[in-house]
Amino acid sequence: MNFNNTVLSLIIFLPMMGALIIACISNSRAKLIKYVAALFTLIPLILGVIVFIKFDRSAAMAGVMQFDANLSWIPLIKAYYHVGLDGISMPLFLLMDLLGFLVVLISWKIDLRPREYFAWLLLLEASILGVFASLDILLFFIFWEIEVIPMFFLISIWGAGRKEYSALKYVLYTLFGSAMMLAGILCLYFTTGSLSMVDIMHNGIGSYVSVVPTALMFFLLIGGFAVKLPVFPFHTWLPDAHTDAPTAVSVVLAGALLKMGGYGMIRICVSFFPAVARQYAPLFIALAVVNIIYGAAVTLKQTDIKRLIAYSSVSHMGFVLLGIFALTQVSMVGATMQMVSHGLITGLLFATAGLVMHNTHERDIAKLGGLARQIPMITVIFTIAGLGAMGVPGTSGFIAEFMTFLGSFQSNVLFHGSTLFAHVFTVIAILGILMGAGYILWLLQRVFYGPPQDKFNGVHDADKLERVYSAIFIILIFTIGLDPSILTNIIKTGISPIIHLIGG
Amino acid sequence: MQNNFVWLIFLLPFLSFLVISLFLKPLFKDKPKLAGYVTIAAVAASFILSVVVLFKLLGAADHKLIVPEINWVIIENGVTIHLGLMIDSLTGIMLMVVTTVSLMVQIYSQGYMKDDPGYHRYYAAMSLFTTAMLGLVMADSLLLAFMFWEMVGLCSYLLIGFWFHKPSAANAAKKAFIVTRIGDFGFLAAIIFLYAHTGTFDIATLQNMAVSGMLAGSVLTWAAIGIFAGAVGKSAQFPLHVWLPDAMEGPTPVSALIHAATMAAAGVFLVARTYPLFEHSATALHTVAIVGGFTAIFAASIALVQNDIKRVLAYSTISQLGYMMLGLATGGVAVGIFHLFNHAFFKALLFLGAGSINHATQTFDMREMGGLRKAMPKTYITFLIAATSLAGIWPLSGFWSKDAILSQALDKQPIIFVLVLITVFMTAFYMFRVIFLTFGGTYRGKEHHLHESFSVMTIPLMVLTVLAVGSGFFNLNGGFSSFFGAGETHSILEGLFGIFKEPLPWISLLLAGSGIFLAYAIYSRKWISAESLGKMFKPLYQLFYHKYWVDELYEGIIVKKILMGGLFKAAHFFDTKVIDGGINTFMIQKVIVKNFFAGLFAFDRKGVDGAVNGVAGTTLAAGKTIRKAQTGQLQFYGLIIGLGVIALIVSVFIFSRV
Repeated sequence: MNFNNTVLSLIIFLPMMGALIIACISNSRAKLIKYVAALFTLIPLILGVIVFIKFDRSAAMAGVMQFDANLSWIPLIKAYYHVGLDGISMPLFLLMDLLGFLVVLISWKIDLRPREYFAWLLLLEASILGVFASLDILLFFIFWEIEVIPMFFLISIWGAGRKEYSALKYVLYTLFGSAMMLAGILCLYFTTGSLSMVDIMHNGIGSYVSVVPTALMFFLLIGGFAVKLPVFPFHTWLPDAHTDAPTAVSVVLAGALLKMGGYGMIRICVSFFPAVARQYAPLFIALAVVNIIYGAAVTLKQTDIKRLIAYSSVSHMGFVLLGIFALTQVSMVGATMQMVSHGLITGLLFATAGLVMHNTHERDIAKLGGLARQIPMITVIFTIAGLGAMGVPGTSGFIAEFMTFLGSFQSNVLFHGSTLFAHVFTVIAILGILMGAGYILWLLQRVFYGPPQDKFNGVHDADKLERVYSAIFIILIFTIGLDPSILTNIIKTGISPIIHLIGG
Repeated sequence: MQNNFVWLIFLLPFLSFLVISLFLKPLFKDKPKLAGYVTIAAVAASFILSVVVLFKLLGAADHKLIVPEINWVIIENGVTIHLGLMIDSLTGIMLMVVTTVSLMVQIYSQGYMKDDPGYHRYYAAMSLFTTAMLGLVMADSLLLAFMFWEMVGLCSYLLIGFWFHKPSAANAAKKAFIVTRIGDFGFLAAIIFLYAHTGTFDIATLQNMAVSGMLAGSVLTWAAIGIFAGAVGKSAQFPLHVWLPDAMEGPTPVSALIHAATMAAAGVFLVARTYPLFEHSATALHTVAIVGGFTAIFAASIALVQNDIKRVLAYSTISQLGYMMLGLATGGVAVGIFHLFNHAFFKALLFLGAGSINHATQTFDMREMGGLRKAMPKTYITFLIAATSLAGIWPLSGFWSKDAILSQALDKQPIIFVLVLITVFMTAFYMFRVIFLTFGGTYRGKEHHLHESFSVMTIPLMVLTVLAVGSGFFNLNGGFSSFFGAGETHSILEGLFGIFKEPLPWISLLLAGSGIFLAYAIYSRKWISAESLGKMFKPLYQLFYHKYWVDELYEGIIVKKILMGGLFKAAHFFDTKVIDGGINTFMIQKVIVKNFFAGLFAFDRKGVDGAVNGVAGTTLAAGKTIRKAQTGQLQFYGLIIGLGVIALIVSVFIFSRV
């Protein structure tokens, strides 16, 4: 037992413990519940930062799982409790640590049944952390499934609008994806006889006698991830879930949950089946471009402030898909950067949109307007988040998208090594950031600019706590934007072994 | 390294931005003047450092300074992106233009923006703009240039929309950003395209590759066209010119600095910066010449008939930027940039003059002006000199650079030469139409106390007047050109009078003179009635007045009908009705909701109602239902573990409630 191999388990299970403790506190002691929730998310965040700082970024450590703990769990099926981080999971893990703490602050004004709310919220954090840290497929899958349950309750009880419908839709889509994924995992298990993600990746699927075609396994597994990311045409659960979810859940959903999809694609689909991934990359690149352009087109027609941001996520996740399946080092680093960056930027967008909705009691964009005079601080924060979403240089959004394009443009996976098609697809994808400027600026104009309206006189601006957490988001968005190497150095160590498998 | 101070040139205004937005705005709300002083001090310091750089450059070999660079990010094995500065003659001149005009504008703004509630925000954005613009002209790589390029656009957005409560301003800001971003799309694609072929973003390396022929053929042409697309957007060339006239919604000093002297000229700068790429592609050069030449006459024709003084100046800017593009395409960097240099001073002066007029009359509509000559003598004199310079009258600065462009165009693009020669006439006409309508005749506006502006506004006008007269003299001995490595120096007298050995200056002066005379005849003496002239050429007048209906085409047809009303609407319809609707109807509602998940719904309702008794029972029921919908035992185990945790939490709820 030392720090290095217990810290991850501590980070994962502290929020779970917090959930249990909160469940023991009476609803009437809301303040205490909130402080406990903050404490049990702050400690994992601090530990996460320590892990991030101690993480060995040297090239020699490329592909090596750090801070790992490996305990026998169910010997009969060779299942292990195996957690560890590499360059891909480290940033996402830390992102969830951060969001876990920030969403507690974002939820500070929740007064409806706070005990259950914060218990579910902390369980949600623990499950997502588990997904990013698991190195055993069964463990991965269990964490993946646990996450659905708090989401269901959080949306259906603390949500708004058609909340039961949206919650159910979320569960159904996820279970549909999970069912495919489970089938894929079973095929994988019966083929390799192992549940270790590290072993399967290192040995290569080609070294086993496969019970089913590897392409089938690949598609079964990616089913679950494609629903989560989401990939067109499996995306329509996302706007409903976002629209009706409480603010904090939207932040987690956009910030970290969607990234489970992108992470799974890299960690499992591409790493285990590099040849299949290469073969079918054109399909996914085409879908990525559809996500980007079609998502942006639909975004432009939205009339609800949260729904609009939700659809913009569909478009932004297209960049992640593009970066992953372009299968070059630069593009995959870019895709991972995009996951982190989008988590911060869209997290902040949702948090601020939540403030606008909460304070004005209005979510219809057509009925909002002229708010800049009445709530100047929220306007500034929303504008900065919007700039990130548009990919303005200096924000993390720019460098992530730029690296994705830079890599995908040179991709030779399409059509027998010709780069022409990659050129065409990338150039179409770049149009997405043009459309991004369109929907973000138009949104800003409709919500904040124009003559102030009397009905919004006296609306509260962001208070101290809200300014503090917004400032944390903003500082990180600019820090990554101005010094991307703090992330690229670490992500590279995770991506380069995969690139080695794909064979350049 | 001793040249490290160069970084300060753009870091100082950035510091000013930080101080204003993080320190002065929250803590010194009641002392807005401080923000102005901080900005002025920072820009003045940048100006002094720029002068130092210019003198160092004049003395340096090849007119280049080496500044150490910073490693920024390693993107793939062996490829590091550096951040560095490229200090050569082009940078030196651009630094002078940006810092001088910016300094004058910041001083002037102290008077113009007095009492505006957004004073802090104004100076913060102006500081940030100056930072970005200085960074852009010093950037040594296309990537860094692009980053500043976008930042410049962002500041322009913030400043056009400065009075965001006005819907027209908010709209203009958005339009400016999006239209320029259409061009930026090409620029970004070109950067990525060049990197894919050369593996570098470094401008000097790319220039050398183009010169040595390593970068050639269609790759070079496409890259140059992409970069030019970015320039077309920023420099408001046809067909992306529509944002600049609307950008006049911003405060007038902003128009002077950003939308006339510096950012609008950034496109010209960008082409100059990457000039070797254009030089080695005939197609690219032709494109630049044609777009520039066409834009020059196209915008000038619109300027002939506008009633808003700032709009006339805006179309004039577009037209002059067209000249600069043509100058680059036909005569090279020295010729194009010389016009940029001269234009920056006299056009900034014209805008600030228009602002001074607005200060007195509260309007920009020239139909409500007239007779301002007596009330505002300083504004009048300075405006007149700037207008004469723009009209291209010897020996003012506009004459010299315009003449250089004309003579190069005559050599290389004879057809376009005819177009821009006609533009000379138009330019003189529309500028003197402005002079006679605003300063001549009698005052036509509402009762108002007309007065000259504060001296904090008129002094910058006078400084700029000196430059509007004299900036052309820098090339009298060929000094400006030779600084760019084009041509030898010669005697000043030779430069001042020798030009008249050629017939061309006589022709252009004649045309400019007749333009002025026609404006005098129509608007001052009223020998010819403007109305009857308008009736006589009605179709033409309508065409110019409505700006060729380009805005209507873009906004009414392309955006509203084809995109928002067509393609995007179809996508939205498809998404809600086909994808989501189909799934809802056939899967969720008919099959799953009605049959399998009715129990889960009931559970949820009970949960919401807070009926705790049934929770444990329904959890099991829900487990059963979900299990039915799934296959496989392992899934079941997973769920049981999940449900176990939940059951633990739920049971604690139940027991603690007692």
